[in-house]
Amino acid sequence: MLKANAPKCNIRGNVVVEENPYLPERARIVRKFDLTRDVRFFQVRICDPDKVMTWTTNYKPGQFMMVSLPNAGEAPFSITSTPSRPGLFEFCIRKVGRLTSKLFELKENDYIWLRGPFGNGFPVEMMYGKDLLFVAGGLGAAPLRSVLLYALDYRDRFGKIFYLYGARTPDDMLFREEFFRMKERDDFECYLTVDADPTGLWPFDIGVVTSLFKYVNVDADNTVAIVCGPPVMYKYVVDEFLKIGIPDDHIFMTLERKMKCGIGKCGQCVVEHKYTCVDGPVFTLWDVKNIRTLI
Amino acid sequence: MRVFKLKRENFIPFMKGLSKFGELWGPVRKGDRYVYANEPPEKFVLNAIRTIVPAKKFFLPQKSTILKFKNNEWREHYDVKKRVIFGLHPCDIHALNIYHKFYTRLYPDPYYLKNRENTLIVGLSCLPDENCFCHLTDTETVNEGFDLFLTDLGDKFLVWVGSPKGDESLKLVKDLIEDTTQKDIDEYVEWRKKRRSMFKVSLDLEGMPEILTFNYDSPIWEQMGTACLSCGTCTMVCPSCTCFDVDDEFDIRTDEMNRQRYWYSCVFREYSMVAGGHNFREARSERLKLWYTHKLVGFMSEYGSPACVGCGRCVVSCPVDINVITVAKALLKEKPDAFWARMASSNVEVQHA
Ligand SMILES: Cc1cc2nc3c(=O)[nH]c(=O)nc-3n(C[C@H](O)[C@H](O)[C@H](O)COP(=O)(O)OP(=O)(O)OC[C@H]3O[C@@H](n4cnc5c(N)ncnc54)[C@H](O)[C@@H]3O)c2cc1C
Ligand code: FES
Repeated sequence: MLKANAPKCNIRGNVVVEENPYLPERARIVRKFDLTRDVRFFQVRICDPDKVMTWTTNYKPGQFMMVSLPNAGEAPFSITSTPSRPGLFEFCIRKVGRLTSKLFELKENDYIWLRGPFGNGFPVEMMYGKDLLFVAGGLGAAPLRSVLLYALDYRDRFGKIFYLYGARTPDDMLFREEFFRMKERDDFECYLTVDADPTGLWPFDIGVVTSLFKYVNVDADNTVAIVCGPPVMYKYVVDEFLKIGIPDDHIFMTLERKMKCGIGKCGQCVVEHKYTCVDGPVFTLWDVKNIRTLI
Repeated sequence: MRVFKLKRENFIPFMKGLSKFGELWGPVRKGDRYVYANEPPEKFVLNAIRTIVPAKKFFLPQKSTILKFKNNEWREHYDVKKRVIFGLHPCDIHALNIYHKFYTRLYPDPYYLKNRENTLIVGLSCLPDENCFCHLTDTETVNEGFDLFLTDLGDKFLVWVGSPKGDESLKLVKDLIEDTTQKDIDEYVEWRKKRRSMFKVSLDLEGMPEILTFNYDSPIWEQMGTACLSCGTCTMVCPSCTCFDVDDEFDIRTDEMNRQRYWYSCVFREYSMVAGGHNFREARSERLKLWYTHKLVGFMSEYGSPACVGCGRCVVSCPVDINVITVAKALLKEKPDAFWARMASSNVEVQHA
């Protein structure tokens, strides 16, 4: 289990490495099924029984893993499961290229390789006692599901919880059935919308995700807002947060960059002086204003 | 710091003595420039100016295998040799110190550390040419980051001991070194004065972070983007550039998969491309701007000093004369030199990618 702390030193003050941060750990696909046309859900378990519990309890919602297959490359994927339900890691993976296509060919009990967890994750402790407002778009539901499930598992630590999720069509909505059932819970508010409904069977709102803000009723000064989705969505959603009066440093978003190492070395995720993989992928609105070209 | 004296006639035996630590590498001539090569010390050029490729190649090789995959298992792979690297100038050592900070912070890099542990760094003083500007980047002298450092005073060298490893290595050559005298120290002070007076480049680099920040939207970047070939030479020769890429390669002979890492450049177009083909830095000017802001501003806020050590490699290597000096001059609105005058009058269409 890797931790980004101050490096360990020996008696001479020389840095020593206890675990090679590039060395992947083998995991087995326990279960997989399609969430949408091009997004598949993977449940995986670390093969080494001694590591299963430490790995699956020691991460934060919002962190990611570097997932790899020999000869197909390695890429970052958000962990969509929560450390409050240990044992397995869950990922939602969209088929876009070389590695992801290879991952889609795998069957149950095939192996994949993991490194991590990496990234700063959401500051869950600082969210205690606050109202939470989640806004997800498309595949952005993957990292948000982790923090949502976490908050629901420790429900007594948080104030009101609002979850707004928009997808293009009902068929593009990740975890559709899971969220349908969540709507029936009475300890938080879950609102779903689609841009368009070709099926004519969609029972909830139709419209862009910002149209769901009419349902939101939070204590603005005491609210943490999190948005995750395609880059085009951020501006509109952030405007809504600001309209409600949520402070800049209480607005969080996760950002995507190309990542090859996950540990602040390869430089491919750099934005000005920030390395998205270690200083992010979670940033506040203040960071976004302060660091040019972040979004 | 401990200092000894080495007579010039003892230089070759001194080097041969040190080579008991490991393979001996030093600057040798290649065409009209220099490279680090594994050669006998008789071939080393003591007044060599900057090498083409900096010494970072010993710590992060151009291409190396970091992991091997066989029988469903990834294993670490190290290809480490014990080496003595001779001839690093103060700027080169400053750059290695940047490397060291960078590769040991957060998640220390085991490959870098293994290479570093197995290397004896023997620095060498130098006299600047017209492209050196370490006097502007505060890297003209060096106090740490080497094991031994030789100051060339003509008939003798001063040998500075910079680390326990360096101290240990002196046991290999203990009959060749002697204590310094007041006369040696006086000569050294004179030598420093002489060296200081030889720098030609004059430029205000100190204000660069602010200047770059204020000039973020300056048309200069577009101009440069037009000229830039995106060849990546600047990043390859820059001693403080650290970026790499990773890919797997199948080795038919051993039936193994090798995970390779190799140098990569932020000026390449693919650098900032993410899923769906979206590119955060489509234009060449954007990528150049990233390089200069990361080096001269970004590094400042993270490490307290810029990541330019004034070695002049970008100055002599960029085929179209985009380098720290021309960029800084352009941003400072100093009288543009011939290059920028040519640029401004050429009226070339701004192209992308
Ligand atoms: C912090 C983070 C979390 C992510 N979480 C998820 C997730 O939960 N689910 C998901 O499906 N995807 C996620 N991604 C995106 C995912 O990493 C890319 O889709 C993946 O790298 C594509 O790999 P590939 O080999 O299949 O594509 P390639 O064949 O390599 O390329 C296809 C396209 O993806 C781009 N690309 C290549 N490497 C990366 C990279 N490392 N990051 C982004 N784009 C890249 C290429 O430029 C190209 O446009 C996340 C990315 C980041 C940075
Ligand atoms: S992914 Fe390598 S530095 Fe961030």
